[in-house]
Formats: sequence, structure tokens, C-alpha cells
Amino acid sequence: MKLNRKKIYEKINERLLLICGLISIIAVLSITIFIFSKGIPAIKEIGLKEFIFGEEWQPTGGRFGLYPMIVGSLYVTLGAVMIGVPIGILTAVFISELAPKRVASFYRRLVELLAGIPSVVYGFFGLATIVPAIDLIFGGGGNSLLAASIILGIMILPTVISISETSIKSVPMELREGSLALGASDIYTIFKVLIPAARSGILASIVLAIGRAIGETMAVILVAGNTPLIPKALAERIRTLTANIALEMGYAYGLHQNALFATGVILFVFIIVLNILLMKFNKKVGENK
Amino acid sequence: MRITKKGEENLRLYIYISALITLGIVLWILGHILINGIIKVDWKVALEDKAILPSLINTFYIVLLSVLITAPIGIGAAIYLNEYAKEGKFVSLIRYSTQSLAGIPSIIFGLFGMIFFVTNLKLKWSILSGALTLSIMILPIIIRTTEEALKTVPITLKEGSLALGASKIETIYKVILPTALPGIMVSIILSVGRVIGETAAVYLTAGMVPRLASSIFDSGRTLSVHLYILAKEGISFELAYFTASILIIFILIINIISNCLGKIVNKKLKGN
Repeated sequence: MKLNRKKIYEKINERLLLICGLISIIAVLSITIFIFSKGIPAIKEIGLKEFIFGEEWQPTGGRFGLYPMIVGSLYVTLGAVMIGVPIGILTAVFISELAPKRVASFYRRLVELLAGIPSVVYGFFGLATIVPAIDLIFGGGGNSLLAASIILGIMILPTVISISETSIKSVPMELREGSLALGASDIYTIFKVLIPAARSGILASIVLAIGRAIGETMAVILVAGNTPLIPKALAERIRTLTANIALEMGYAYGLHQNALFATGVILFVFIIVLNILLMKFNKKVGENK
Repeated sequence: MRITKKGEENLRLYIYISALITLGIVLWILGHILINGIIKVDWKVALEDKAILPSLINTFYIVLLSVLITAPIGIGAAIYLNEYAKEGKFVSLIRYSTQSLAGIPSIIFGLFGMIFFVTNLKLKWSILSGALTLSIMILPIIIRTTEEALKTVPITLKEGSLALGASKIETIYKVILPTALPGIMVSIILSVGRVIGETAAVYLTAGMVPRLASSIFDSGRTLSVHLYILAKEGISFELAYFTASILIIFILIINIISNCLGKIVNKKLKGN
């Protein structure tokens, strides 16, 4: 009898834990379904072509062209990658290969700290320092594509650094020693042996960084100027997909509100593509081990 | 392809410059905010901001509520993945979902929270809507970090417990969880940090009213939403610096705690 009760407890426990595990799946599914079910009808009503390639976003006039925001998101992400990725990878190399042990662990804490700073603080920091600097150099107020790229470039640093560092460090010691034993210098070993060997992990860090940049909202809103027009220069104002949602959601209703959900759908599609890429790279990381 | 001697020296220089830039950026951000927000700030002005204290308490409510909701679920999921599940399609589906959840931008969580919790469940803009939305956001952090903590529990400990006749439940709750506790605490601390800093998802679900929420069904802004509004509306840079400093100090404290816990975990590992 007692044994039986124990068995029942075991079963109940396992079931309860299983339900906990299922919640992730339920959450992802319901988020996807809700966003798409609100967004897709709007896209149908506006017309897919008009929605994606229309260049005019004027909700009051019934014009819902998302093209400037799609371009905006892509531009700031590209800018962020150009700024954050080289600095991030080289810093990762420094931490993993060149820094003395103590300096390396100091740097790791620094990177953790950088990762923990809230995005709205980054945005405010950019508004207080980078925006005025750009205004001083280029004029035009400073709220710009360039400001957003710089702030996002800083924000993706921790992602790039920590994942690249882990993958560079996990390159087998024999590879390192072999290269050095053959008379190659440390720098040659880093760039010709270690970075190629850690390629998949470094690529994964870049994909994650792109995801962070394209999904960032508050930091971008504070520094980008948010005009829904395609920018022609670095110092011009820009609006991203995320900003489009956050700025107008508070007061939107009807088709306008659904068009914002549709904006979410487009953002979601980008994220799904990035996720597929990430899976590919992660698989390769697994194979290398 | 070869790298010339000069090329090598240049590359080495680039590495050091990059490392210096990273260091400089961190010091610049922290220094700029803390100097302007704490040292240079006019305390009379800062303390006259009637919204800071309510925002702080609202933040505390949301942190507490979302952690209370998610910690049991997330820890449960991690135990299931680590102790019960056999690798297979189902487990990789859970893992893939968790990974995807971590990659979804916060504004999308905000949209979802707004349509589901605020509108469909009629919870309105409230602390509860905000906390529920955030609890989904922090789920992946808790699951992953707890799983890592569970993995560090030596297998000998588990086997020893089972060999002594303890059941699986007893082994999990009396041996494995206590051993992994510091690591599990890290997962909670990290999610607290995430909740404190989150803005986009909260302001679409908990609202922006600058007052103390009277209950979890009432609306109220958090500290980061307060900072956003101060900065966006150009109300006061001085107050914004002050608010940003409070946020940074919280993050610093969280960082220190999680590092201390990390050290305990490492010591335990070495001890074993």
C-alpha cells in the first residue's frame, strides 16, 4: 500500500514537471498565433505589396506603407554590426588569448555589467552624449541613423564578446600548441587557426547580435528621431519597425492598431529567419566538438 | 596566405585598441550617468520628483510577482529536462521553444501582453498584466540557468542518494535542489535584473501613470518607464540622470550578488 502511494507521488511529480516544461511551448505558440492572427488580416486589407513596399506611413490618411521602417531597421542593424562586431570579436580574442588571467576575469565581469545595463539607460546615455555630438559635427539635431547605430553597436558588444570568447576558448589546445610549435606567432595562430576553427560560434554570436539589434526598441526610439521616411544620409532621422509599434500603440485603434500588429509580424519573420540561421550554426558548433 | 611582420604588429595593435574601446565604453557610460546622477545632481530637485518613489515600489511589485510566477515553473521545467526527459523530439521541442522565447524582441512580448492579458483577459493596464507578460520573458533565463546549475550536481551524489534507498522525488528535492541552490539563485537574480530594466513590454501592459498602484489590478509606471518618459518628453535631464543612476546601482548590486553566488558554485565544484 505504502509503496503504491510512493509510486503515485512519483507519477504526479513527473506530470507536474512535464507541465512546467510544456509552458515554454505553449508560450511561443500563443505569442505567434496572437500576433499573426491580428496582423495577417490587416496585411490583407492593406495589401501585401502596399504594406511592404509602400513608402508612405500616414495612419490618419489610411496609408500604411512600411517600407521606410523595414529599411530603417535593416540600416541600423547593419550599422550596429559594422561597429560592434569587429570590436567585439577582437575584444573576445584579447580576453581569451592575450590578456593575463586577472585582466581576463576583470574583462568578463565588465562584459556582464554591459549586458545588464537596461536598454532605456543606453538610450538615455545616447541622447545625452552621442546625439549632441552628432548635432555638433553634422548638424540637423543629432537624432539619426548614425546615433542609433552607435548605441546599438555598443549594446550588441556583450553578446558578440561573450559568445565569441567562449567559442575561441573552446578550440582544442592541441591546435594552438601545434601551430605555435610549427613556429607560427601568436597573432598568426589567432587569425589563421583559432578564428577559423571557432567560426561557427563567432557566426552564431553575430546572428544573436543581429537579433538583439533588430529587436531593440527603447534605446532606438530615444536617439533615432523616428521620422517614417527613408534616410538618405547617416545623420538623418530614421524609424525602425520596433519604434513604429512602440510609438503608436498607445493611441492606435481599428485598422491602425492591426497595422501595428502587422508590423510585429514583419519583425517576427526577421526573427524566425535569424533563428533558423542560428540553429544551423549551433548544429555546426556541435559537430566540431 | 601569410601575414607580414608589420601586418602582425598592426593586428596586435587592433586587438589592444578594441579591448581599450570596450573598457572605455563601460567606464564612460557608468561614469557619465553616475557622476551626473549622483554627484552633480541637485538633491533638492531630485527628491522633489514625486514619481520616483511610487515607480520604485511599482517596480518592486512587478519584480516580486513575475519571479513568484515564473520561478516554480522555470525550475520545474529545468528539473524535468535534466532529470526525467529522455533526449528526443519532444525534449528538443521544449529546448527549441525556450531558445525561441529568448530571441523574441521585448516589444513583441508587449504586443502579446497587451492583446492577451490587457484586452482579452480584461486585466486592463495593471501591475498584474505587466508581471504576467514579464514572467513569460524571464522563463528562458530561469530554465537555462537552472539547468546549468542542475548539471553541475555530481552524479555520485545522485547515485549515492538512490543507493541509500531514497526515492527519485526525495533525491531531487532533498539532494539535488539544495546542492544546486546557489546556481538557481543566480537564475532568479538574473531575471530580477531583466525585469527591472525592461521598458517596452511593461509600458504597453502596466501603463504609464506616475503613481503608486493601489493593488496588482491597478496601473502604474516602473522606474525604467519613468526614465523613458523623462528622457522622451524632455521633462528633465537632471531627474533622468538621477533615475538612470538608481537603475545602474541596482544592476551593479545584482552583478555583485550573482558573482558571489557564482564563486560559491565554483568552490563547491572544486570541493567535489
